Amino acid sequence: MNKKSKVVSYNKWGYIFLIPFVVIYLVFQMIPLVSTIYNSLFEYYRSGLTQIGPNFVGFENYATIITNGDLPTYFKNTMIMWVLGFVPQIVLSLLLGAWFTDPSLKLKCQTFFKTVIYLPNLIMASAFSMLFFTLFADSGPINSMLMQIGVFHEAYKFMSNVWSVRTLVATMNCLMWFGNTTILLMAGMMGIDPSLFEAAQVDGATATQIFYKITLPLLKPILIFVMITSLIGGLQMFDVPQILTNGSGDPMRSSMTLIMYLNKHLFSKNYGLAGALSVFMFIITGILSLIVFKFTGKEDKDGR
Amino acid sequence: MDANILSYDKKVREDNNMAENTSSVTKKKDNGASIHARRFVAYLVLILVSFLCLFWFYVLFINATRSHSELSQGFTAIPSSHLIDNWVNLKSGTLPIFNGMVNSLIISVATATLATYFSTMTAYAIHAYDFKLKNFMFTFILMIMMIPTQVTALGFLQLIDKMHLDNSAIPLIVPAIASPAVFFYMKQYMDSTLPLSLVEAARIDGSGEFRTFNQIVVPLMKPAIAVQAIFSFVGSWNNYFTPALVLHDDTKKTLPILIAQLRNADWLKFDMGQVYMMIAFSIFPVIIVYLLLSRFIVGGVTLGGVKG
Amino acid sequence: MKRKIVSLLAIATMTATMFAGCGGSDTASTDSAAPAEGGEATETTEETVAELPEDTGKVFNIYCWNEEFKSRLTDHYADYTEVDATHGKIGDVDVVWNITPSTDNAYQNNLDEALLAQESASADDKIDLFLVEADYALKYVDTDFAMPLSDLGITDADLADQYKYTQDIVTDSNGKLKGASWQACSAGFIYNREAAKEILGTDDPDEVQAAVADWDKYNETAKKVADAGYTMCSVNDTFRVYSNNVSGKWVQDDKVVIDKNIEKWIDDSKALVDAKAEDTDDLWGDDWAKGKTPAGKVFCYFGPAWFFNFCLDADQDGTIANQGGWGYCVGPQSYYWGGTWLCAATGTDNANLVKDIILTMTTDKAVLKEIAQKDADCVNSKTVLKELASDESGNLDLLGGQNPYPQLAEGAEKVDLSNISAYDQGCNEELQKAMKNYFLGKATKDEALDMFKKAVVEKYPNLTAE
Repeated sequence: MNKKSKVVSYNKWGYIFLIPFVVIYLVFQMIPLVSTIYNSLFEYYRSGLTQIGPNFVGFENYATIITNGDLPTYFKNTMIMWVLGFVPQIVLSLLLGAWFTDPSLKLKCQTFFKTVIYLPNLIMASAFSMLFFTLFADSGPINSMLMQIGVFHEAYKFMSNVWSVRTLVATMNCLMWFGNTTILLMAGMMGIDPSLFEAAQVDGATATQIFYKITLPLLKPILIFVMITSLIGGLQMFDVPQILTNGSGDPMRSSMTLIMYLNKHLFSKNYGLAGALSVFMFIITGILSLIVFKFTGKEDKDGR
Repeated sequence: MDANILSYDKKVREDNNMAENTSSVTKKKDNGASIHARRFVAYLVLILVSFLCLFWFYVLFINATRSHSELSQGFTAIPSSHLIDNWVNLKSGTLPIFNGMVNSLIISVATATLATYFSTMTAYAIHAYDFKLKNFMFTFILMIMMIPTQVTALGFLQLIDKMHLDNSAIPLIVPAIASPAVFFYMKQYMDSTLPLSLVEAARIDGSGEFRTFNQIVVPLMKPAIAVQAIFSFVGSWNNYFTPALVLHDDTKKTLPILIAQLRNADWLKFDMGQVYMMIAFSIFPVIIVYLLLSRFIVGGVTLGGVKG
Repeated sequence: MKRKIVSLLAIATMTATMFAGCGGSDTASTDSAAPAEGGEATETTEETVAELPEDTGKVFNIYCWNEEFKSRLTDHYADYTEVDATHGKIGDVDVVWNITPSTDNAYQNNLDEALLAQESASADDKIDLFLVEADYALKYVDTDFAMPLSDLGITDADLADQYKYTQDIVTDSNGKLKGASWQACSAGFIYNREAAKEILGTDDPDEVQAAVADWDKYNETAKKVADAGYTMCSVNDTFRVYSNNVSGKWVQDDKVVIDKNIEKWIDDSKALVDAKAEDTDDLWGDDWAKGKTPAGKVFCYFGPAWFFNFCLDADQDGTIANQGGWGYCVGPQSYYWGGTWLCAATGTDNANLVKDIILTMTTDKAVLKEIAQKDADCVNSKTVLKELASDESGNLDLLGGQNPYPQLAEGAEKVDLSNISAYDQGCNEELQKAMKNYFLGKATKDEALDMFKKAVVEKYPNLTAE
């Protein structure tokens, strides 16, 4: 895997194969991105239909964001809801992945189960939220069920309590995305050379040993992918809490995520503040991803 | 089989600890009872999970059979009799729903194709070749993956306005060629499963680089491509934000915009029954695409995992 | 002057075949009455206003967020013929409907970009007519992007039959009128007759009105309602009533000012929520909708004609509306809810057609009466509402046979919207969201107000709130 010296003469193809990505990226994403960062140094927004600015203000937008002190709160909210959803999600995915690949279990209807788990992701977040609203309404079926078995005496306001809102957001995210994770893992498992399993079994390894010694290490790159993209997706969590709380992040913004906050500035097309905010987001994401990379990278070396 | 792992809880903990626990794994042979217990737990969890996954489709279906007034009375578990009414109302309404479906299909299929093919190509460039900018490019693409899409969306719209690509599907499709997350997955997948020896063998056989990529690498990447194709397809299918700002003609609009339009209808026409019918209508093709593509993944795992 | 009249008439005759020269004159059912009115309109126009340039546009662009106006135009504007879902024809002019849903503010975003590009847009892309809602109307009206109606040759005399509040909403800071609506959605107090008999001993609209004639009486009644095991309504139902009757604008000198009446809403609502006389349900949610059936035990809703006509589920067995169990009175204060305004876009190349559409759709009494009868809109014409008020045909089954038009007309007359601002949409939304936390005991009043101020400044960075 590491011996690439032999392909030196072909290396210009590396550049050739990169051309489409680079060209499209430069045109469709680099230009907006550069303007985003550039704009963060300006007072630049719309007041109604009147354009205010751009007036150069240096790092004033950054100072505004740091001094109003909201960023750590929204970061904390985001991380709490992400962890609440991601932990069950990855545990469930690994568990299902392990079961599906465990030869000794011989589960029936595997195709059915494997197919079903991704289905919730097909529903639009807005449609999903509509259903959640109906189910968790004060007069909805969940409340009347809970009241019948006597958990509550009067309807519990799911949408008005800090932890119930956060839990609902996490539940929805988990439901929508655990199938996605499982599929990623299963595709990774499928790519593993079957002869490795055969050899291991011939050597008398148990299913658990095969899972830990062969499947997991070979799955590591995919696991890293899952971790990193979930983290990034988590930090960019937006649609579910946005729709579920009608953009307010209620109660008292305890479920307001970073991107929901960013979205508030898009209403007035506040390129300046939104730009500065995204630079902060970028730094936060970068640091966290780096930590994950470092952490997993080390293990990688030890593992092999 | 490992007798330590009897319960679900324990298994979870083990999974969390991942590779660290391998040393503690004993070589005890499994006995029948523990297999049965584990299988029982597995089925129980799987059935519960499947219920949680399918339940939403059941509710959507129920709601699609109910009239607007019935829907405002809250949830019921029993279907009503307005399925056909809702469908007829939706079909005879002024929204071009079939047009919308065709648009959605074109955009989503094109997005999924471009995203997967070119991301594989990009990943292959980084994976298989050594060149000066290689590490820089890899880090660079990973960095841009971290940029929140919401902010650049505004700049993106200004840009396509300047390029006069307004009201066209192109700005919704072409940018998919540069999909950092898809690239990253492809790269990781290659790391775990694509041996470079295969590529070298092809070279010895005299295959050109481009041909090697198309005929050897792409087929080997099928499961990964299927996975990302599904994700890109679904992502594009359900996307509302950008298409709503780009597409203005009813005949060019995609299904999520039409759904939003239906929910925005004036009081004379507002009908949640139709909205649910429309949601059901728009989920249908995704399910089919998913079922078609999922065979690559679902079937594949059995091959890899259970063989022998 | 004479020459002007002549040339205008010449244009009128030239274009009469293409555009509807006299509004509504071709409408089949009103053949006899309409031409006279149309003629009058043309005359008054000629006297006061400069002539419009001849229409040169081949494409007539209309921006809107749903199909409401499209169906009104199709049904009631005689020269309009539909081609397909987003295209129509008026004479030789192609009408193009640019419909963007308002979800996620997409409509306004889209309209903003189009208006800002209006000057450089090609003739076929120029916006001719765009539609706005009251909550954000001033954002567009108080700019040069919307044309004063007087520049179109529409005079005060043309608009004399409209309700004043519908004009307040689209009058800019210089006092220029820049839009018109065919609807006058005055709203009132829709009460549960059974509950009223049980609690107040009567379900007569006048006597119920006496029990809720002002906020003090309303609060007293609400307490009685709570004692009887009912809920009055949601705090979000009453908000519009309070916010329509403020003594000053939301924003004064770029500063957010919380009006006395808004303060009153906060304090009244908190007291009623604590007394379990009102709840905090969001409008349109399942919990809020439960009052449509007797089992929901809700005393009232607040709403206009479209509300009781289309949102109370009269077609559904078991609802109060189905049993004719609602009554309607004006309520503690007059207010309005909803409506769509037509604005002419500066730079239109079809000014004559814009003028005619606005005149026909918002001032032609025959057309308005048709709209009232066919579409159940409460129309923006004092005369028509008066006719309907005295007419048996206005009696509604769902209101137990009551004719709501006397109250609707009375309400529309009393609504006063001289204090709206371009920031109303954002301020109203954010205040309701923030205060819900206070009502439910999740925050103190000051914390909730701070949250509101923060949210408003985020939305409108040019404002201060402290």
